[in-house]
Amino acid sequence: MTDITAGGVSPPIRRVEFDTAESKARLRGRYRSEARFKAYGIAALAVAAAFLIALLSSIVMRGIPGFFQHYLVADVLVDAAKIDPEGKGDAATLRAGDYTAVARAALADAIPGVEGRQLKRELNGLLSSGAGDALREMVVADPSLVGQRVRAPLLLADEADVFLKDSGTKIRVLTDTRGVASPSATTGDVTILVGANDFADDVALVKAELKALAEGIDETVARRKARGATVESLADLEKEAADLRRRYEAAATSETLDTKTASRLVGINGGLVKVKEMTPTLVKGEVIIPLKSTADAAPGTWDIRVYETPESNRNLNDRGVAFLEELKAKGLIESQFNFAFFTRGDSREAELAGIQGALVGSILTLLVTIGLCLPIGVLAAIYLEEFAPKNRITELIEININNLAAVPSIVFGLLGLAVFLNFFGMPRSAPLVGGLVLALLVLPTIIIASRAALKSVPPSIREAALGIGASKQQAVFHHVLPLAMPGIMTGTIIGMAHALGETAPLLMIGMIAFIVDVPSSLTQAATVLPVQIFLWSDLPEPAFKMKTAAAIMVLLAVLFVMNGLAIWLRKKFERRW
Amino acid sequence: MAGWYALVVVALMLAGFALARGRAQSVAGGNYAGMHSLPSYHGLYTASLAFIPALITFLVGSQIAGYLATQSALSALPNDIQSDILRQGAALREAVNIVRGGPVGAASAEVQSAAVNYASALSAGQWITLAVGVLAGLAGLSWGLSRVSMNFRARNAFEKLVHALLWICATIAVLTTVGIVFSVVGETYRFFFDPAIKGKPTVFEFLFGTEWNPQAAMRADQGDIQTAYGFLPLLTGTLLITVIAIAVAGPLGLFSAIYLAEYASPGVRAVAKPILEILAGIPTVVLGFFAALTVAPYIRGWGETFGLNVASESALAAGVVMGMMIIPFISSLSDDVINAVPQSLRDGSYAMGATKSETIRQVVLPAALPGIVSAFMLAISRAIGETMIVVMAAGLAANLTFNPLDAVTTITVQIKTILVGDQEFDSAKTLAAFALGFVLFFVTLVLNFIALKVVQKYREQYD
Amino acid sequence: MDMRPDPLIMMTTPAQAPTTTPTKVAANNVNVYYGAKHALKDVSVDIPEKSVTAFIGPSGCGKSTFLRCINRMNDTVASCRVEGLIQIDGKDIYDPALDPVQLRARVGMVFQKPNPFPKSIYDNVAYGPRIHGLSRSKAELDQIVESSLRKASLWEEVKDRLNDSGTGLSGGQQQRLCIARTIAINPEIILMDEPCSALDPIATARIEELMEELRHNFTIIIVTHSMQQAARVSQRTAFFHLGILVETGSTSDIFTNPTDKRTQDYITGRFG
Repeated sequence: MTDITAGGVSPPIRRVEFDTAESKARLRGRYRSEARFKAYGIAALAVAAAFLIALLSSIVMRGIPGFFQHYLVADVLVDAAKIDPEGKGDAATLRAGDYTAVARAALADAIPGVEGRQLKRELNGLLSSGAGDALREMVVADPSLVGQRVRAPLLLADEADVFLKDSGTKIRVLTDTRGVASPSATTGDVTILVGANDFADDVALVKAELKALAEGIDETVARRKARGATVESLADLEKEAADLRRRYEAAATSETLDTKTASRLVGINGGLVKVKEMTPTLVKGEVIIPLKSTADAAPGTWDIRVYETPESNRNLNDRGVAFLEELKAKGLIESQFNFAFFTRGDSREAELAGIQGALVGSILTLLVTIGLCLPIGVLAAIYLEEFAPKNRITELIEININNLAAVPSIVFGLLGLAVFLNFFGMPRSAPLVGGLVLALLVLPTIIIASRAALKSVPPSIREAALGIGASKQQAVFHHVLPLAMPGIMTGTIIGMAHALGETAPLLMIGMIAFIVDVPSSLTQAATVLPVQIFLWSDLPEPAFKMKTAAAIMVLLAVLFVMNGLAIWLRKKFERRW
Repeated sequence: MAGWYALVVVALMLAGFALARGRAQSVAGGNYAGMHSLPSYHGLYTASLAFIPALITFLVGSQIAGYLATQSALSALPNDIQSDILRQGAALREAVNIVRGGPVGAASAEVQSAAVNYASALSAGQWITLAVGVLAGLAGLSWGLSRVSMNFRARNAFEKLVHALLWICATIAVLTTVGIVFSVVGETYRFFFDPAIKGKPTVFEFLFGTEWNPQAAMRADQGDIQTAYGFLPLLTGTLLITVIAIAVAGPLGLFSAIYLAEYASPGVRAVAKPILEILAGIPTVVLGFFAALTVAPYIRGWGETFGLNVASESALAAGVVMGMMIIPFISSLSDDVINAVPQSLRDGSYAMGATKSETIRQVVLPAALPGIVSAFMLAISRAIGETMIVVMAAGLAANLTFNPLDAVTTITVQIKTILVGDQEFDSAKTLAAFALGFVLFFVTLVLNFIALKVVQKYREQYD
Repeated sequence: MDMRPDPLIMMTTPAQAPTTTPTKVAANNVNVYYGAKHALKDVSVDIPEKSVTAFIGPSGCGKSTFLRCINRMNDTVASCRVEGLIQIDGKDIYDPALDPVQLRARVGMVFQKPNPFPKSIYDNVAYGPRIHGLSRSKAELDQIVESSLRKASLWEEVKDRLNDSGTGLSGGQQQRLCIARTIAINPEIILMDEPCSALDPIATARIEELMEELRHNFTIIIVTHSMQQAARVSQRTAFFHLGILVETGSTSDIFTNPTDKRTQDYITGRFG
């Protein structure tokens, strides 16, 4: 390529080369950058997918246990003295009976002989305050059960339930004991002498544990010092570490157990003793489950049980664990699907809390929402798409709708608070107001979706209708609207799904109250599912965390169904004109 | 009461419809072709004429009844309560609660009698409203009946009414905006300028103050020296979380969109699109739970292994999860604008011997830039206005910091915190929430408005 | 490339007119399918170097499809399948070892609708040299841009506003900008797909003049709807009809003395 006719003065342009090493390297570089660029896209999608998987799996893993509940399933004596002392036998009396006492009696039967107020209280604490509810229903349904023994599920309290679900501590049972053990008593404080050095290893282990604790504190102190913490603020920690150090450095072979180290219990003669102090040949402790006798126990017939997680790191103390393990060993504990989760309202007791109130609240709220925003949204869309003149007012309305779709939801809450509650004096916390606010929130979505659906109906349909003498309105309402309906329904379902998941504006209008009763009218105080989730997630009990995740699973399931329905509708009625 | 009213009105409408249609049929005497409108249009028209006055009576009447009932309740309260606006409001609420059968504490005798007054006045007002409404409906009905004739254009008249109804529905969106402006602007004005509000800041203090502490004691004897309404820590907190969210969602969303629009096979798209749609459909309260219970502890643990001191409610955790929420938002908007870039530009680039990525980076993205910028603006407005994630994961501490590992608070968190629970409408604290709402509304409105304009321009360019 | 010449069909292919100049592009039994649609049937043609060859025919006859095979633009259409042999300077361009990116640097293309990139005029022209690394310095790039714009006879009109957006030019200027963009990488062949169909007659005339100048240095293949344009600018003409290459020959022969009845009907306006 040399001389050029046009321009004439221009020097030749280099031609793209293919066979030189340089050009080949350059091409390779370009393709590497191509591959890199493509990889970024795949990585971005992979991160989004990974996040979704992490989110869903974390929710499901937390939530599945929330759908189950542990029960003490025992033969319960339905004691007439506690249920119906006067023998009336009518439903009201039966309903008012003291089933908690019956349930407790059944528990006392399961672990007989427990003495001392403190211990008894802790044993009874394993049962929920609603433990007798199922039994009550059984008895009310069949009054002949009074005075009989029936097998009934007694609801466990949330701490016990969570302990069983989480396996709150690892339990090691050491049965290869070498010496004879002789307990001094069957209840109360007890000393057990052992022949061989059976506890030597344990004393050493405890000292090692104490050492590890002290070192952990030392590390924390050092880290904080490095970051410039004041000496005074660390004094407590340093003192604690020094105490621990003194304990494990002491030559004494005796060791006291406290809540910071693994707990040790001795199972002997059918009972269970919690160790408080031990030397290699002797332990002192308190009886949790009474011993049958003070007879000497031969080697191998008694054992040492180690609860690996220190008591202070558990929600259930050693006594509770010991009782539960005993009940479990007797085969009295059962896990059942928690139907009550769907049939109860909220409660302060985690094991009694359910989502029915929130579900009904959500349904009532959504009824108001759809009742308002479907007709208004569709009519507004019809006006804008079919009848509106092209002028400034129409333009203003359109800009307005588009902007409104992007206004933060909490601002709609402010609107509800200032206008509906304050100005119009509507009741707080009511599904009516919640539905109104959500209707305004999703109205733009529905208008936009409905307009798109109307737009997709070809003009030929309108022209055909007008051509046979229909008025414009008849053409729209008789011919265009029915054809646009699937698209409108799809948009409406998506809008409703959005409304169902919305939380923030409802907090503003007070739908955040603790409400036990299932709401039965539009003006009654209520809460909705997402708000219930928010309320529960704030509570410290681990059982509520499980319930929160379980409620989220219900919410997500409903949302998936709604969105699936929308997709199905879109697919089924998708029409190419 | 409203139910009874509705029932009566429906009965009136049905009667109107049936009567007018019957009358039209008898007027036509079988000659429907000679009649301008079909008998059912006469029926519909008459039913509407019965409905409209009855509805107006209800709307006006129930407001008047409510007002009169309040006045009557007030008259039962002693003077000292009547003169104090705060106590008056509390007493009224209590009385109304008694009437509605809501939660009540031990009410004083005055409140009890106020409640009785309220209930009787309200009930009287409602009965009068019902009576007037029925009369008005009947009047409309008979007027409609009187117009039935061969030549009366009932269809056109009815269609005019329908047209008016359509117009009213379309303007409800405008009314919503007006309502929002009315509520936030009014209360914000009071927050800054109402002399009756104690402890309020000046506009300057609000905008440039570095301390935010609206929760300080309100009682007169404790003074209000501790309250502070400096907006800056909220602004920096909001911006910090927004920046983190966009830093996460921007690249991820944009690259997802590029991949889906330019590279992905139909099979990949069929998998990836639903993933993004599911992510978009997850309620924010769920994301907040995930942020607080899974992501925040994870980040904290991760920070500890590097010897970093991470707050348990760090801005980072909230920001990252919020970023995840925004990914589908950015990717779907960007996907749209990338797809709107005409194929001829890509062809031009390929014909020059450009590779796909060179074409995307140097031709497609510059062409789509306005649309992508507005997608980012909408995403920023989303992030600023998002509430639940930050409420659950970001905390309440109003720290003036740019460290993503610290706890910060945001505008939305403060609005939620101030307004949830019992509140008096006449305290600076409550009004501060509306001032924050005003800022939020204003900022997001400006962002949305610009973004939508840009998108519109961009669409016009390539359409 | 999978190529199964059918002897029967080969016999029915029109004989190629003898060429005096060396052949630049040689096509042999090219078949193109869009999904199930057979868009191009057994096209065989030789295109001489440094001349203008025009493809004419009614719309949908496959002329654009064939044009897009020559720089493998059809690769970007997922449903498209090309069979047969196309050689440039004797080398198979569908050889898997050959990179379409390299091929397109040798075979430039100008499209029906002007499609300047949304960049400055300068950057539009510099785009190709930049991605192919044709300049060692800014000064050299400036020179390439200037000489390309001069060759596209656009320089005088835009030299004072090289940083303005390319999309702000008039239609004819935009198309010349696209030509300048193409010749900035100095291709051997320039494909033009109805380059004047979106332009007014004056702009068309300028482009036609430009083609006359460019043909001394480039092999130009132009698809056109306008028989007059083909007659004005081309030395050789190929007539396509229903996916078949009906006839090729020197332009004057085709227009004055066509051998095939269909060609005659077309150029006399019986259909098209």
